[in-house]
Amino acid sequence: MSEIALPSRERAVARTSSAEATPRFYLTHEHHPESGTLFGFWLYLMSDCLVFACLFAVYAVLGRNYAGGPTGAELFELPLVAVNTSLLLLSSITYGFAMLEMQRDRLRTTLFWLAVTGLLGAGFIGIELHEFANLIHEGAGPQRSAFLSSFFTLVGTHGLHVTFGIVWLVTLMVQSAKHGLIPENRRRLMCLSMFWHFLDVVWVGVFTFVYLMGVLP
Amino acid sequence: MSISKFTRVLWVMPAFLLAGCNMVLLHPSGMVAAQQGHLILASTVLMLLVVVPVIALTVIFAWRYRQSNNAATYTPDWDHSTQLELVIWAAPLLIIIALGALTWISAHTLDPYRPLRKVDASHTVPAAVKPLTIEVVALDWKWLFIYPEQGIAVVNEVAAPVDVPINFKITASSVMNSFFVPALAGQIYAMPGMQTQLNAVINRPGDYEGFSANYSGAGFSGMHFKFRGLSAGDFDHWVQSAKTAGRELNNQGYLQLEKPSERDPVRRYSVVTAGLYDAIVNQCVTPCPN
Amino acid sequence: MSELTSNLMGRLTWDAIPYNEPILLWTFVAVALGGVGILAAVTYFRAWGVLWRDWITSIDHKKIGIMYIILGLVMLLRGFSDAIMMRAQQVLSFGNSMGFLPPHHYDQVFTAHGVIMIFFVAMPLVTGLMNFVVPLQIGARDVAFPFLNNFSFWMTAFGAGLVMMSLFVGEFARTGWLAYPPLSGILYSPDAGVDYYIWSLQIAGVGTLLSGINLIATIVKMRAPGMTLMKMPVFTWTALCTNVLIVAAFPVLTAVLALLSLDRYAGTDFFTNELGGNAMMYVNLIWIWGHPEVYILILPAFGVFSEVVSTFSGKRLFGYASMVYATIVITILSYLVWLHHFFTMGSGASVNAFFGITTMIISIPTGAKIFNWLFTMYRGRIRFEVPMLWTIGFMITFVIGGMTGVLLAVPPADFVLHNSLFLVAHFHNVIIGGVLFGMFAGINYWFPKAFGYKLDPFWGKCSFWLWVSGFWFAFMPLYVLGLMGVTRRLSHFDDPSLRIWFEIAAFGAGLIFLGIMSLIIQLVVSYRNRASLRDTTGDPWDGRTLEWSTSSPPPAYNFAFTPVVHDNDTWADMKKNGYVRPQRGFIPIHMPKNTGAGFIIAALSALGGFAMIWHMWLVACVALATMLTAVIVHTFNYKRDFHIPAEEVVRVEGIRTRMLASHV
Repeated sequence: MSEIALPSRERAVARTSSAEATPRFYLTHEHHPESGTLFGFWLYLMSDCLVFACLFAVYAVLGRNYAGGPTGAELFELPLVAVNTSLLLLSSITYGFAMLEMQRDRLRTTLFWLAVTGLLGAGFIGIELHEFANLIHEGAGPQRSAFLSSFFTLVGTHGLHVTFGIVWLVTLMVQSAKHGLIPENRRRLMCLSMFWHFLDVVWVGVFTFVYLMGVLP
Repeated sequence: MSISKFTRVLWVMPAFLLAGCNMVLLHPSGMVAAQQGHLILASTVLMLLVVVPVIALTVIFAWRYRQSNNAATYTPDWDHSTQLELVIWAAPLLIIIALGALTWISAHTLDPYRPLRKVDASHTVPAAVKPLTIEVVALDWKWLFIYPEQGIAVVNEVAAPVDVPINFKITASSVMNSFFVPALAGQIYAMPGMQTQLNAVINRPGDYEGFSANYSGAGFSGMHFKFRGLSAGDFDHWVQSAKTAGRELNNQGYLQLEKPSERDPVRRYSVVTAGLYDAIVNQCVTPCPN
Repeated sequence: MSELTSNLMGRLTWDAIPYNEPILLWTFVAVALGGVGILAAVTYFRAWGVLWRDWITSIDHKKIGIMYIILGLVMLLRGFSDAIMMRAQQVLSFGNSMGFLPPHHYDQVFTAHGVIMIFFVAMPLVTGLMNFVVPLQIGARDVAFPFLNNFSFWMTAFGAGLVMMSLFVGEFARTGWLAYPPLSGILYSPDAGVDYYIWSLQIAGVGTLLSGINLIATIVKMRAPGMTLMKMPVFTWTALCTNVLIVAAFPVLTAVLALLSLDRYAGTDFFTNELGGNAMMYVNLIWIWGHPEVYILILPAFGVFSEVVSTFSGKRLFGYASMVYATIVITILSYLVWLHHFFTMGSGASVNAFFGITTMIISIPTGAKIFNWLFTMYRGRIRFEVPMLWTIGFMITFVIGGMTGVLLAVPPADFVLHNSLFLVAHFHNVIIGGVLFGMFAGINYWFPKAFGYKLDPFWGKCSFWLWVSGFWFAFMPLYVLGLMGVTRRLSHFDDPSLRIWFEIAAFGAGLIFLGIMSLIIQLVVSYRNRASLRDTTGDPWDGRTLEWSTSSPPPAYNFAFTPVVHDNDTWADMKKNGYVRPQRGFIPIHMPKNTGAGFIIAALSALGGFAMIWHMWLVACVALATMLTAVIVHTFNYKRDFHIPAEEVVRVEGIRTRMLASHV
């Protein structure tokens, strides 16, 4: 800041005097800027977070518009959702184990924990699909009311993300098995790690905001 | 000679054209619109305080510091002056403070939901005068006006006595429209399943243009209606002409009317089923499932 | 069998081809002939290989930037044709005459005009300029994610392709450019128009979002050593803020359009009139994206003017720090003003007043910027080259648009001006007078950098004067009409006294047409006279920032050695303090490799979008599955980079050495 306030002529003098001879205007070695992948991926996650923010906002506005149809309190089976939640939370922990193993450069245990993570995720999706099927069977499908539209969209968007996460996970497992834990694969596993934990955080929001608050009278 | 004459004509033409056209927003016939028109002028003048100097300085600097003018000072490294920067932030700031105050006050005094206290610039609403309620429904692509106190309804024409506050309650049947009579007051949206309000008063008798100011589909361009400011006696006469129309607007008739049509003629109804407007707002003219 | 047909072809039948509408038919014939001509020329000159290797699959930010700008200019012609048709219709359609466009057609024209001008003209021009200039200004070799950059471009291009396709297959939306429900819902717009709208914007939107992430990562991570944030060129600053806005706003558009498509495809009740839907949700969400969008467009234009005014005044930019802070303040405030687009929907007085005042506050940093440009000119040595003319034209035109904008921010004034032609005049005043003038300034300014020769100044000046006078003739009458209480999107008028104003506006549109023609002539003439317009120095304008330190056009690797930055006006500083161009010691340079994956994936997504528009469920599923497979296959490609050998660098730099010597 203070540097900005200086008139430019003084600035120029300050620079030359500190650099003594003519200033250096270029590097003579190849410059390798820090990789932006993790930062870029984090930016993407923030944009995804905004998509969820919109869906949460829509749910907040429409979540009580039952249009004479069933309410959350009538529909939600909390014990099932609790199981579901623990599966997803557990999968974040197992992903953490996989990353620890990756740091220790142990491919096989890394793959093992990734597989466990994927299975837990698949279990989560399975239960969610079961829940959706039940709701639609009871006549509480997404077309029934604005509440159910926003419920299915918010929860379904999260489920779709988890599904893509699983596809990505399997892809990375194949790639790691094929090429080993090379820097590219490590970077990709780090990105998926952020993605997976991000979905966990979003789910905590969904669980609290949709299910727990939804069963309140 | 002829060229200078031509340029003089060119200069005069816009003024001539402007004088010839009717800028209804600046010369309206209702108090609310008049205040809105004044607000436009006042804000513009306030902003011209900074806009005119900027345009002038742009032209002056561009000319004075042109490359060929070696007489002008040249300071290639001069890029900062605290005093000057304070001024260039402060000048717009001051104007916005003034304009912000104007905005806050006018947004409240000219809030369309606020019942009128005055009927024109100098007269308050007499205690005996009750506001006239008009229920407005935007349909595809026509306007339905229901007078609950008079028990009548009219399509594509609306009337009100001069100097009597009007309370419009506004909704729509299918898509969004905007209810706008420029000579009377600012617009407000007509939206299905929702109700908006507008309080206004007409001060000069006459027939004024009204229309939808929000695009609503194929028939939008023809969605005009007449707003008639009438003397008290003429208004009673106008109500009577609807009363004797001998047509009834019930739920069935409304569902028929609601069907898309364009450039409908004025149609008067002598009787309106009670509660029809509320049913329209609640999207329940057909028996609701719940 | 019939089920298979319906899954394959959906609702697409021969009826969707508008062969009975002469305007569309002739347009189609012209486009088809033009297309065949281009294909034939490419084949004749055996350019397919070059086109594929050097352009379509190119991940070079410079080429992608150029392709974005070409896309923007081509779409400008389409968007402007729509404008001409509207102007003509409004002149002709008085009293008994209904003009030549029935509402069914006219309503598509104004919707397409808005969508195209914002998403497929202004956005590609802005993104293209940022793509081309930013890595050069910060001394980088490319953007952070070069493959993603290519993919982003093709998503935008295929989005534009879908809009163009709606001309000849089916129809476009008849809803206005923001497609408010319930009108855009399935009940009131059952045909394919709104679906074209949704899918083209979704596909282009993905491209825009990814390009936003890409440029932020580039600016944050890849600046040359020594370039602290407060030493970044102002254009890079505005690019950074714009891309932050993109990343923070486009997800909202994606979400709201997804909800609208769920309403249309899956029968949900987000924005319906029945079963608890709420159309106001849509209006709020779309403007939470929509208002930042206008700053996404204008900030880079402000950046261009900052570069241009300081270069052509031969002076440091006045008030660099306040310029930067003004940009940041605008970025933040742009999220706090969205409600001013619907004061007339019945919010309370205090809410309206709040959003009105936040809107006005934006004019403070904007005003400060204008004064900064003014005081950059003060005591300068102004050269009236074409970019500088656009800048002065902008300063005079834009303040009027800014003034009417603040006027519209006063809620009670907005009650009478909302949706009027006054509003139309206002936003054209800021988008043409601000964004478009900025882009033209930028194109004229950086063209020599991109192609190695300057644009012809005579035709540039013609274009400038025609555009500026055309703009004033076309839009000042609309201000007047707005004050006469004339609303927008009308295809017919009863009052004959309005006609003269529409005639003046049409005359203005004619001048703008000539301005566009001059622009095209300027490009052709410059190409033909490229030898005499050649820029051998790489620094044709006596520039001040890093992009002028390399050759014109820059080599694939941009800089043989990464520059080290000591001062805001890096190149001016280097020139002043004895920079000597290095001529030996070159080393191999690490660069990303071209790939066709981006083009293929984007093409598949366009196919999927087209299938969804026409309810071809089978095709849509296949396209989606193929796209996913293509993405996964692409991730198995680990060989994404290569080294430019030192000998190649020596050769390229040798050519530059000789060129510089020939100049002296």
